[in-house]
Amino acid sequence: MTRGFRIAFRVVIMALAAISAILMASIILWMIGADVSDTFYTIVFEPLTKMLHISEVLIRAIPLCIIAVGISVAYRSGIINIGAEGQMAMGLLAFTGVALAFPDVPRPLLLPLALLASMIGGGIWGFIPGILKAKLNVSELLSTVMLNYIAAQFYSLCLRTIYLDPAEQVYGTGTPQSMKLTENVWLGRITGRLHYGILLALILAVLIFILMWKTSIGFRMRASGSCARAARYGGISVGFYLAVSMAISGAFAGLAGGVELAGVHRRAIEGITNNYGFSGVVVALFGGLHPFGIIPASFLFGLLIYGSTLAPTKVGVPANIVQVMQGIIIIVIVTAQMVLSNTYFQDRVWRKYQALRKKEV
Amino acid sequence: MTEGRAFPPCLFSFISAMDNKIRSLRMEHITKRFPGVLASDDISISVSEGEVLALVGENGAGKTTLMNILMGLYQPDEGSILINDEPVRFRGPEDAFRAGLGMVHQTYMLVPNMTVTENIALGYKKAWKHLRLDMKEVRDRVMEVSSHYGLSVNPDAYIWQLSVGEQQKVELVKTLCLGARFLILDEPTSALTPQEVDELIVLLHRMTAELSIIFISHKLQEVKALSNKVTILRHGKVVFSGNTDDFSSKEIAAKMTGHEIVLPRNPGGQDRGEAVLSIKDLTVMSDRKTVALDHLSLDVSAGEIVGLAGVSGNGQRELAEAINGLRKAESGSIMFFGDDIVNKSPHDVIAKGMGYIPEERNTEGIVPSFSIKENFVLKDISSETFSSGIFTKQKKIDESAERLVKRFDVRCPGTGTAAGSLSGGNIQKVILAREIERKPRFLVAVYPTRGLDMGAVEFIHSELLKIRESGIGILLISEELDEIMDLSDRIAVIYKGSIQRVLPKAEATAERLGILMAGVKEE
Repeated sequence: MTRGFRIAFRVVIMALAAISAILMASIILWMIGADVSDTFYTIVFEPLTKMLHISEVLIRAIPLCIIAVGISVAYRSGIINIGAEGQMAMGLLAFTGVALAFPDVPRPLLLPLALLASMIGGGIWGFIPGILKAKLNVSELLSTVMLNYIAAQFYSLCLRTIYLDPAEQVYGTGTPQSMKLTENVWLGRITGRLHYGILLALILAVLIFILMWKTSIGFRMRASGSCARAARYGGISVGFYLAVSMAISGAFAGLAGGVELAGVHRRAIEGITNNYGFSGVVVALFGGLHPFGIIPASFLFGLLIYGSTLAPTKVGVPANIVQVMQGIIIIVIVTAQMVLSNTYFQDRVWRKYQALRKKEV
Repeated sequence: MTEGRAFPPCLFSFISAMDNKIRSLRMEHITKRFPGVLASDDISISVSEGEVLALVGENGAGKTTLMNILMGLYQPDEGSILINDEPVRFRGPEDAFRAGLGMVHQTYMLVPNMTVTENIALGYKKAWKHLRLDMKEVRDRVMEVSSHYGLSVNPDAYIWQLSVGEQQKVELVKTLCLGARFLILDEPTSALTPQEVDELIVLLHRMTAELSIIFISHKLQEVKALSNKVTILRHGKVVFSGNTDDFSSKEIAAKMTGHEIVLPRNPGGQDRGEAVLSIKDLTVMSDRKTVALDHLSLDVSAGEIVGLAGVSGNGQRELAEAINGLRKAESGSIMFFGDDIVNKSPHDVIAKGMGYIPEERNTEGIVPSFSIKENFVLKDISSETFSSGIFTKQKKIDESAERLVKRFDVRCPGTGTAAGSLSGGNIQKVILAREIERKPRFLVAVYPTRGLDMGAVEFIHSELLKIRESGIGILLISEELDEIMDLSDRIAVIYKGSIQRVLPKAEATAERLGILMAGVKEE
């Protein structure tokens, strides 16, 4: 098989996938009576036309990237973390708590402290299902989802009680939100709302790459995740690494919450988690559970999420429909990836292609 | 099938089976390429009525591929299949079933938490009545087939309750129930105990009165005992085919590997040193919470091989796991170079210098999705050789892997290849290489050559003897008496979780061991 053929094969399959995804999405748009080409332009290209738009895409990519990198650590260690949503909420709470408690501590100390608190908050929330699975074999699908509920309600409760902005009580408006956090926990901004969290996300991705592929800890985690039995026979304490990986995963989700607060909202409000915890699972898988795949994947998803907020105002397509289209696109791309990784299929096509060429000669 | 009402149903099905009996089956000039491999290279085989063809060859010689082509699982690139001299084309296993071919795979395809009847009903389309499944019809059919062929199975037993040998009978009944008139058996004996093997051979002999059989094997005794004709494959090519009776096992073995195989033997000599592994009164529970080891005591000295003979399931697995810290002991002690290692963690036992070749090479010996080089350092990633601090030394790992692959003749495209994609023999070489490279002070080897071809067995046996030569003690657990008698200095027989007797090699004969293995106490 020639190198040229292999590249051509990839290109053709990806092109076919793209065409079929566009076709299916177009049918849906056509059915609701929307302008197909305008909608595509708005979702896919419009966000890339202006720096303002790009920065909005990036601020959505930042939490996705941090969460997905954390999820990839857990996944590689043999545990599926779908509790990032709750872990992020706990990170938000911890971050807000530190910021409200020590408003006068100078920024070089307070910001790292608050971020660390968010990691600990999320980390504990991740460690619980990890240790439950390691010691008692409790399904993480059950425990993480239940902990999501608890965290969401706890977050909601705190916003209405201990964290509630005193001003809200004075005016009696009662919006459940904290007061504006002290400037000492703010992350600086680069342009528009884009904050320095982006650098943090990239650095963390590289660190996780190093952890997983360049250290003995990552080696043991991957061994536990690939074949727990063989890892145990090889003297690796699988349960320990399971719990550690979940703590790391939770800490990353918590940190994503802290970064989001420090960079974007700067006060705890409802809805900050914005389903990032669930989208993070998709981003992690989509990025091949590898930090360097997750970085572009989180950008793509940031684009899709932002595009769906533009569509209703620009072309009158509801955000729900955009989400349907996203679903289609993701399924098609994942399918195409599976086709590409099927070497038997590739080989068959190669032989058909050779047979065709022989006939021509 | 509707006109079948004129006959009693059971009679009809046999008559119809005879109507379109497979009188001959030929595969001609079959060629099949996989990416980078020529799996079948112009292979031709033929089987006539009532014949048993043994398809023999080393692991990776292309036996299973050829049978998968016959069953329609793969399409051949070239060549044709003829049944009763008519060319046929199978687009999938369904077509092959319809033509009367049935295959029993090496790993059984049964659902553990369903009964025998339910498992068979899965494929028994005749009993599917729109939305209803006629379980009684299936059950009758199971009973009919099992009594006709003398395959005794309990139709209401759950699969998980059955031993491996019984599961295989279920597979046979299933295949026959679905109307097979021609059987293909892929390594039918690889997981059976010696007794079960004998039983199976008798059974298959009886079945040849009505069926033809192709069976894949590399155990030459069975080939001799069962087949009329033998076809030997090597590297995807037929290197020999002829009548089984005209050749000795040795000749067939030589043709299979391309050179004469003489399995090495323990030369004896060497005085027994001090006991380095000393097990006293060890009691261990099985997974089902029954007593697996019952106050077992056994000593192994430096530089000797103690073979543990026994029918599998008498506590061998539990013993190996208890020694390696993988299974909790209820009571007793395991002294290892003076330290009690009972109920220590696997990590601690490994750190004390225990080497271990576990029973399941694919799920216990290696991490299948890890590369060969990663599997080499599975136990030693934190050692000073392979990492400084927490950072791994990639270069050292690569160098050591290259060296080990050469020294142990692991056949692979490169050290980055996933270990799970290798053949059984090569996986075992990877495990052996890792364990020997660690310079263990002792080695526990469990079924080290199970399912391997002669070439690989020869290699592993000679490596084990080399380890013994270097003064390391080995506990060899095996169910192959030949292996145990060839390699051991002393032979211990295990029965129901305790040691029946320990015999010096000179006193051990196959008969005597067999009697002990069956649980008969000697005076």
